[in-house]
Amino acid sequence: MSAELYHRAIVETAKETAEAARLPAPDVTVEEDNPLCGDRIVLDLLFRDGRVAAVGHKTRGCLLTRAAAAVLARRVPGCAASDLFRAIASLQDLLEGRDGSPSWPELAMFAPVRAVKSRHECVLLPFRALERALASVPPAAERKP
Amino acid sequence: MSDGGRGTQRAATRAGLDVAGLRGEFPIFAAMGPRFHYLDNAATGQICRAAAETLVDFETRARANVKRGVYRLADEATRAFEEARARIAGYLGAREAREVVITSGTTHALNLAAHTLCARLHPGDEILLTCAEHHSNIVPWQLAGRRAGAVIRAVPLAEDGRLDLDRLEALVSRRTKVVAATHCSNVTGALTDIGRLAEAARAVGAVLVVDGAQRAPHGPLDVQALGCDLYAFSGHKVFAATGAGALWIRGELADELPPFMGGGEMIRRVTLEASTFAPPPHRFEAGTPPIGPALALGAAVAWLAGLDWPAIHAHEQRLLERLLEGLRTIRGLRLLGPADTRARAPLVSFLVEGVHPHDVCQLLDAFGVCTRGGHHCAQPLHEALGAEASVRASIALYNDDADIDALLAGLEEVVRRLA
Repeated sequence: MSAELYHRAIVETAKETAEAARLPAPDVTVEEDNPLCGDRIVLDLLFRDGRVAAVGHKTRGCLLTRAAAAVLARRVPGCAASDLFRAIASLQDLLEGRDGSPSWPELAMFAPVRAVKSRHECVLLPFRALERALASVPPAAERKP
Repeated sequence: MSDGGRGTQRAATRAGLDVAGLRGEFPIFAAMGPRFHYLDNAATGQICRAAAETLVDFETRARANVKRGVYRLADEATRAFEEARARIAGYLGAREAREVVITSGTTHALNLAAHTLCARLHPGDEILLTCAEHHSNIVPWQLAGRRAGAVIRAVPLAEDGRLDLDRLEALVSRRTKVVAATHCSNVTGALTDIGRLAEAARAVGAVLVVDGAQRAPHGPLDVQALGCDLYAFSGHKVFAATGAGALWIRGELADELPPFMGGGEMIRRVTLEASTFAPPPHRFEAGTPPIGPALALGAAVAWLAGLDWPAIHAHEQRLLERLLEGLRTIRGLRLLGPADTRARAPLVSFLVEGVHPHDVCQLLDAFGVCTRGGHHCAQPLHEALGAEASVRASIALYNDDADIDALLAGLEEVVRRLA
């Protein structure tokens, strides 16, 4: 069970975070910690026309956290907040074993994590940051052209 | 009520240590089978048969509240509870059983200590901690310090990863009212020279509080010889049940200290306007205590006290050496804290270069090896050691060569797959 978490897709996707960078002038920045291990993501979002125009992040974490951050960074640009809330919910459903397919097909790589409750927070950390960022974005920033 | 503290001493004889026999006194090993290498003893120890049987016996055949009822069952429960207190006092080397307060564990004990000692603090007073503390010996003092206007100071680490006690002279002054320190780091295993801290505290009239959670599983103590004033430890780390621990408070000091929590059993008289309080230890035991776990703790320490500790220490040290030697051969592995076996408990924390501690522990689980990854509730110490988190392997009396070898083989695989 433990070894199954570390399949090729997770290991390869996690490597993408090495190239990640912060945004120079984001509309919103949040920091989210995993209190169990001190892992941390700093997430920046920039909005245009009600959608995320760009995402930046700096992620310090395990393979699961980094792979999740990489998927998020890949998928978030171009999305409206409502799309993102749906994606977050679909990831939670996946981890909790509820019916339905994830909003983004690559989230399925985290299916083996379902069996290891103590690692759910590792996958969710970047998405918790995203949730907080979306909740704290100033309305004017979201509407700006 | 069965007496789990007697009749189970066959595991460690004076002729030498029978590790297989010792393992036989821990039901989990038969339940889990041979591919179970438990090296997370610093988080919790496995329950010994003496404690497990005592707990089940009380809860299923002898359960009643303590200190209240006059019927036979309640009277026997009270007698057993006070006997457990006496056994804990014996394990700690306390002068009297009344110096032992039953708590839910070390965290409760240290919060009790901080809260009751807070009444003696004034603005500008200082509380001296060390940077090697578990959060449960930091946060309660921060809360107490904030209430009293007292300032927190801390003993730093020296180059070798041990506490730099040469700095004591500069850190302790007449303003220092409390010194609170771990007896043994839960990250590096380094033992603290409590005698030196006691001398420094005594010189300025400060109270010395010791967190003994990591030292208590490694044999009986002598709190009087240590020279401290309060000593806290947890039952679940000394092979008893979860839910009970103890705080030893030097008798004369306990008499002077105010209660922590209010409620039943800790009073002399209550009116609607005011209350007067029972003498220690009951003053500090509001409400129904964790009776079953306390009895199990009594049974565990009575069993432990009868073991051959020189043989167990030699066994634990040999395993520690085997572990340290093996870790040194693994590519990209960095030990945190002291690298030698001098004055340390058998626990080791380390980093595998390029691999997150949680990923290391997850893959080790595939080898049946149980280790802990994270900051181990010691973020300031990790910061001082230049790490965010680490992998910790901690040894107890029942571990053997196979446990160490399984860990080392697992680590080789971690490096091969993820580093």
